[in-house]
Amino acid sequence: MSSKKFNNVFIKDNFSIVGPLEKNGLLKAYDLAMDNYYYGEKTFEQAEIKMQKIVLDNLLSKNKLSENKVDLLIGGDLINQISISNYNASKFRIPYLGVYSACATYVESLIIASSLISGKLAKNIITITSSHNLNAERQFRYPVEYGAIKKHTSTFTSTAATATLITSENTNIKIESATVGKPIDMGINDANNMGAIMAPAAAETLNTHLLEMKRSINYYDLIITGDLGKVGKEIFLELLSKEYNINLKKYMDAGCEIYTNSQETYAGASGPVALPLVLFDKILCCKKYKKILVIATGSLQSVQLANQKLGIPGIAHAISLEVL
Amino acid sequence: MNKDDYQKLVKKYEPKENKLENTIYAFLIGGLVGFIAEGLNVLLMNFFNLSRILASAWTCLIIILTASLFTAFGFFDNWMSKAKAGLLIPTTGFAHSVSSSALDYKKEGLITGLGSNFFKLAGSVILYGILSAFILVIVRVIIGV
Repeated sequence: MSSKKFNNVFIKDNFSIVGPLEKNGLLKAYDLAMDNYYYGEKTFEQAEIKMQKIVLDNLLSKNKLSENKVDLLIGGDLINQISISNYNASKFRIPYLGVYSACATYVESLIIASSLISGKLAKNIITITSSHNLNAERQFRYPVEYGAIKKHTSTFTSTAATATLITSENTNIKIESATVGKPIDMGINDANNMGAIMAPAAAETLNTHLLEMKRSINYYDLIITGDLGKVGKEIFLELLSKEYNINLKKYMDAGCEIYTNSQETYAGASGPVALPLVLFDKILCCKKYKKILVIATGSLQSVQLANQKLGIPGIAHAISLEVL
Repeated sequence: MNKDDYQKLVKKYEPKENKLENTIYAFLIGGLVGFIAEGLNVLLMNFFNLSRILASAWTCLIIILTASLFTAFGFFDNWMSKAKAGLLIPTTGFAHSVSSSALDYKKEGLITGLGSNFFKLAGSVILYGILSAFILVIVRVIIGV
């Protein structure tokens, strides 16, 4: 079974930093903002490492935690060999696991953290993730100065970093259960249409979660997907009603909640950090929703294999939160 | 749902590009670049007393230099993403692709970064440009023009 219930796992705190475009976007509850993409460093990669370091430093000091009180740091990002998280982790004296599920990395790290805490193998775990628009452009697309022409289906990688403290202490946000998704390849090869790559995985994971947990869709006050974007969101909704007979009403896609329409971000935001940004800076801080199902979606692409014309697998992991 | 049905579903939600608008845009901007270049050509021929062939070579160099400088100053990529084929197809696009790779990779070293990525985008243009020129020359020799 791919779904698991957790005991005594809570989210204690979160710290985020956002980039210059996100600062002027729709979200306003972030902790810090950068004025430019270099953030005082020589290269964009080094700027992203610094962003991770800043959020981790701040999360530790805000919660008066010393490094030896943290049992584990779990992190991931989009850059080769998850190097941003690895290099950042080397600046701390905390045991570290690097994880990768593309844009579903954040929820993957929450699931691992929750499993360990629920099994009483750890008390405090920090999950960290980040993405930087210009690093992702260099990694997956063209040199950044090139300004390559984009299709309307392509999404815009957000620039931000967040760190979240997961603990066994009671707080008002409980991590209740989770469903680990299966990668699905529907033969879509277009890396400029990641919504279409990820939508089948998101629909499958949602359906599996509801079946295995024996819940109806109305059990949740809100279903939030990671970064399907404006195009992927429509495909997801049609797929759910046609294939799984689920009519989703209380629904939001994090990719559509970060930028304003005038910010020219095509189909919306993407990146592992898009989901936690919206989750903490829009959903959890307003306390409007009690039962929330978070479905992070990832497009597991590789430039080489996409050029070899293979279909790109999509993945989606779900985690259920209860606001007490 | 099988893969074919799914691809049909995806197609349905793909926003349509306005090809006519893009074409008109590219025609006007590309034409403007050509107009400026021709003006430059005439200027060079009249003021420096150059032959048409020599003046064209100088014009080409000036356009390449200008586009590269615009890339370095950081606004040509914005222009290009808006003007699309209008700036991509003339020499400006070639110059921009080379200088943007150079700028982007210079921090990874002169050999491992700048040197090995310099023609990252423009390499195909050079290779297939030379190849098609070669084939056309053969055709010309055969039909004896």
